Amino acid sequence: MSNLFLTTILLGFVSFGYLHGKKFAFSAGNKAGGVQKLHSRPTYHGMLIALWCALPCILILFVWQFVEPAIISSMVLSSLPDTLSSLPAERLGLILNDIKNLSMGLHFGGQIDPELLKASNYYLHLQQTGLNIKSASVIVLAIVMLLIGFRLLRPSLRARNHVERIIRYFLIFCSLIAIFTTIGIVLSVLFEALRFFQKVSLAEFLFSLTWSPQISIRPDQVGASGEFGAVSVFAGTMLISAIAMFVAVPIGLMSAIYLSEYASKRMRATAKPLIEILAGVPTVVYGFFAALVVAPFIRNAGTAMGLEVSSESALAAGLIMGIMIIPFVMSIADDVINAVPQSLRDGSYGLGATKSETVKNVVIPAALPGIVGGILLAVSRAIGETMIVVMAAGLSANLTANPLQAVTTVTVQIVTLLVGDQEFDSPKTLAAFALGLLLFVVTLILNIVALYIVRKYREEYE
Amino acid sequence: MNEKKLKHDTTMTLVECGLAKRYQKEKRFKLLGLSAIAFSLLFLVFLFSSIFLNGYKAFFQTAVQIDVFFDPAILGLKDPASADYHRLIKNSMRTAFPDVKNRKDKKKLYGLVSSGAAFKLRDMVLDNPSIISQTQSVWVLADDDVDMLRKGYIDRTLPQSDRRMSDMQIEWIDKLQEQDRIQSQFNIGFFTNGDSREPETAGILGATMGSMYMLAITLVLSFPIGIGAAIYLEEFAVKNWLTDIIEVNINNLAAVPSIVFGLLGLAVFLNFFQLPRSAPLVGGLVLFLMTLPTIIITGRVALQSVPPSIREAALGVGASKMQAIFHHVLPLAMPGILTGTIIGMARALGESAPLLMIGMVAFVVDIPSGITDPATALPVQIYLWADSPERAFVERTSAAIMVLLTFLILMNGTAVYLRSKFERRW
Repeated sequence: MSNLFLTTILLGFVSFGYLHGKKFAFSAGNKAGGVQKLHSRPTYHGMLIALWCALPCILILFVWQFVEPAIISSMVLSSLPDTLSSLPAERLGLILNDIKNLSMGLHFGGQIDPELLKASNYYLHLQQTGLNIKSASVIVLAIVMLLIGFRLLRPSLRARNHVERIIRYFLIFCSLIAIFTTIGIVLSVLFEALRFFQKVSLAEFLFSLTWSPQISIRPDQVGASGEFGAVSVFAGTMLISAIAMFVAVPIGLMSAIYLSEYASKRMRATAKPLIEILAGVPTVVYGFFAALVVAPFIRNAGTAMGLEVSSESALAAGLIMGIMIIPFVMSIADDVINAVPQSLRDGSYGLGATKSETVKNVVIPAALPGIVGGILLAVSRAIGETMIVVMAAGLSANLTANPLQAVTTVTVQIVTLLVGDQEFDSPKTLAAFALGLLLFVVTLILNIVALYIVRKYREEYE
Repeated sequence: MNEKKLKHDTTMTLVECGLAKRYQKEKRFKLLGLSAIAFSLLFLVFLFSSIFLNGYKAFFQTAVQIDVFFDPAILGLKDPASADYHRLIKNSMRTAFPDVKNRKDKKKLYGLVSSGAAFKLRDMVLDNPSIISQTQSVWVLADDDVDMLRKGYIDRTLPQSDRRMSDMQIEWIDKLQEQDRIQSQFNIGFFTNGDSREPETAGILGATMGSMYMLAITLVLSFPIGIGAAIYLEEFAVKNWLTDIIEVNINNLAAVPSIVFGLLGLAVFLNFFQLPRSAPLVGGLVLFLMTLPTIIITGRVALQSVPPSIREAALGVGASKMQAIFHHVLPLAMPGILTGTIIGMARALGESAPLLMIGMVAFVVDIPSGITDPATALPVQIYLWADSPERAFVERTSAAIMVLLTFLILMNGTAVYLRSKFERRW
């Protein structure tokens, strides 16, 4: 019996429950002198029975899906002869993998160990038994729940209230997922980062200046220990973000001012969506463009001026990142400027100020908190941006403020450390999570501050 | 009296003196704003045209016509599936250029034809075994270097040592050209193949399928759950500390860097739940968590825009709160919710950073056929190709970007259409 078949049977039970519940309610209602004599409409009786039958079964299936593999693995391992089961844990994991591969009919060259073959047959057997037990218990449960549900049906049953309560719990569950996600992020990053800080001290991570995460294969190689000072990595992030802000803030702000204060309605309606296309272009496209067109251009221009420019200069990545952020700054600034009451502008015009003087002396100061909040959000975005820097910025950490040199960033390091083979006991892999923690904390603080400022500002004029 | 008049005059003159300057400043300020907008728009045009110019040639591909003798001695009659089809091609290339004798030169000669050509011959034989021991002219793909030469990316005027093709190879190609045995064909393989190490046989179907599976999972999860959360927060939640936390939380999650969601996926889905690496299932789950805040936020805005009178009317005729929402408010808010969902899906389609964390950067040749098969995604494929050194991959990368952008434009266009068609002003 396969999972698909089981699901079909379950669906059959559930729809039977629904139809029967509905039918019961109709006949009971007709007996009592019309459906309106029932407490709830017949559909709700059906729905209640269906939910009553389906929810426990789904719960069991869900739990089973997560518990079963662990139980089967431990049973297979304990069935192995002593020669195999006394091996260290990593080897056991490999053997378990072999067994699973064998049971799927895959094996790669060489002789098959008869013990493994036996174990894989046992594994298949266990899987089959598991599936049988699961199917039997789910079907029995479904029948029992249906029978109990049918006995509960009566004309006075407050079926609608019960159904609505279940729906309400589902709605609450939906909104809690956001919290679970945050908890999941914090736990997963924190947990691995703590393991990292057992190997590398927090002080070294935060204050040491050199970053070279290579751990050599042999302990006697040069640079065997690896150095994990995040300062230079973070400085690179800051440099690129600063360049991005130099591009995005003035252009985004001026565009917003022009669109909200000067532009005609028609121009606003065309130009704004067009600029917002920039925000919809995938970052991988920007990264490709930065690496293929912008970086060589800057390099050639620099060489022509007699400057030494790295082919992965911070300038190229920062410029393109800035352009990516323009629409973001623009729409926040536009919102904020539009929220400034017209009376302030009118007061300024009444005193004889020109439009630009009004913007500079009245509108911008009034909108400043909101604009600052928007800029902070944009900075947080620049810090967390990944693909542009992965494709256009450098890999080696370099503590410099020169935008023509190659620097690396937090996100680039996370990607390079985690793409490829991962060993969750080496500081090299764990360092990525420590950087992730740093990134999460910094962006979180920026976001909270920024959202607080923007919210506070909105309340001021509402 | 006199003094007062004089003073008044001076203020007026002062104002008038400054006026021209102030107007000029005004003009300059306006121009600055206009140029800021012009800059963004010009960049947009520049970006799109440079991608297009780099990529449009990838939709055509050079093919070579060779006369293949399906030699029964090579194919073997028992098992033509595993025969050495490369030898067939080598033989036919030798017959086409009988004066190439040197071993090294022969190797270069064979290099003119893509190594994918052997598979085409194999498929031909398996389809129709009767062609064995016949001679047929077959159009097969040329090597990517030939393609690059014909598209003008390899400079013929450079000295031989500075370019990827030798003079001799160029001579052969010219000779084939004279015999009309070389031509450009529409590049179907680009849309029907999986990834490949050879640029000429690399296609985007595998990555597109991976993206589609992922988006399907993301949509199935985030649409109902996003709507559920939006309804609860907007319609039911009483203002207390828990709802405050949820609200702040959702706003923050929307601004968390996407790569952090990748770390979450790696630690939770791969390491803790032991789900398969590189699978669209895990990618879809990660993208679901990433897009959920966006969908909740737009969903709430859409619910807010339904006027309270609708709810009150429904409650007034005896509907329960749940009925009022699900039967009346939700349908009216649906266009807005759908718009938000489509925009969220478009963002998920273009996202690649979290996918790098969960192993979707693997080199996958096969087209995935399920949500647990190893796969890659369209933007990740672009990233992988952008990293490849061959010149031919540059135009394929641009072409893949064009396909990705087409999808995104279609999705966003649908969203805009939905909004303009169904949006109601109350």
